[in-house]
Amino acid sequence: MLEAAELECERGARMLFRGVSFVLLAGELLRVAGANGSGKTSLLRILCGLAWPSAGEVRWKGQPIDGLREDYARELVYIGHAPAVKDDLTPRENLEISCRLAGQSTGMEALAAALERLGVPELPVRKLSQGQRRRAALARLLVSETPLWLLDEPFAALDAEGISILNGLMGKQVDRGGAVVYTTHQDAGVRNTRVLDLGAGA
Amino acid sequence: MLAVARTLVHRDLLLALRRRSDVATALLFFVIVASLFPLGIGAEPNLLRAIAPGVIWVAALLSSMLSLGRLFAADYADGTLEQMLLGAAPLGVVVTAKGLAHWLVSGLPLVAIAPLIALQYDLAPGLYGVLALSLLLGTPVLSLIGAIGAALTLGLRGGGVLLALLVLPLYVPVLILGAGSVEMAAAGLEPDGQLLLLGALLVLAAAFSPWATAAALRITME
Repeated sequence: MLEAAELECERGARMLFRGVSFVLLAGELLRVAGANGSGKTSLLRILCGLAWPSAGEVRWKGQPIDGLREDYARELVYIGHAPAVKDDLTPRENLEISCRLAGQSTGMEALAAALERLGVPELPVRKLSQGQRRRAALARLLVSETPLWLLDEPFAALDAEGISILNGLMGKQVDRGGAVVYTTHQDAGVRNTRVLDLGAGA
Repeated sequence: MLAVARTLVHRDLLLALRRRSDVATALLFFVIVASLFPLGIGAEPNLLRAIAPGVIWVAALLSSMLSLGRLFAADYADGTLEQMLLGAAPLGVVVTAKGLAHWLVSGLPLVAIAPLIALQYDLAPGLYGVLALSLLLGTPVLSLIGAIGAALTLGLRGGGVLLALLVLPLYVPVLILGAGSVEMAAAGLEPDGQLLLLGALLVLAAAFSPWATAAALRITME
């Protein structure tokens, strides 16, 4: 499904990584590992099309993602470092808006159920803790039907219960033929994960 | 695509409603700036009447610029802008919707309140209509042009001042035509020409600004 060919990333004059290639098949998990500053986030941003590699190409089902734009965006969920929830809205409003922006029309009950499953209270996000914000953002995954998930540090700020819920979600995604790429410093013990190590960083 | 645009406009209006102080600041700024001139110049009715269109328009320009910084900055900071770039709709649609929402909360109130300001300048009541109409046509252009600047200066240190330097010169045609139309009407001439040109500017800005803003956003978000 997702293919990276000889990706190279430069930030300023610094070479972050070079010659990163992999093929991700349906039903596969890929963990991007590496030290701080080794370019894990940059790689993920390149994979979802937010940033461009200085050389190389990302292909989705054989086609370069540059030409696909929205068609590719519709196939993926990207959850970045920032939780992408608005402080002044409630988790349900946030979830509803992000689903609609992604062109997904999920029913209200499903949204409410997803948030309930993650135990996120229906308060303005401003009043939630870091972990609860994270959960509010991850609720996207519960209602998502897209084949590709790109998750940047999804386990950050989560407690043990949150981690096990997320592990379950990623397992389910893989079981139904989806693919997941995620970054993390520590091995969170997700089963059957392939590892792509970016090394110690520059 | 339209559903995405509607969602975004709705979202931004809802956010403005939850953060009413932000909207009120720009509006109060407009009122105060426009009210400083009569205080500074003194009670000179003829002079005030003559400078009214220009002063009101300049105040509208500054107030519109004041709120531009918020157009993308908050979404940039909390990561929702990234999600918009990865949304189901083309980025041009997204920025048009955001520009529209920005105008609804920062431009439209100016149109409504301008006649009240004009009262301070003893502008002839017959001119209120032209003033409001020129603002109605001109303020969306300000939001559209400003969006390009806001996208370019996103995430820069001291971006606010840079934004002013970048955007204010581009506002000049709108200022000349907007204030000119009211002055024409005050001189007893038909302001149609200026208003039509303002309308043409609006069409031009609506056609090109979303495209330029989207390109600028892609660059700054990288």
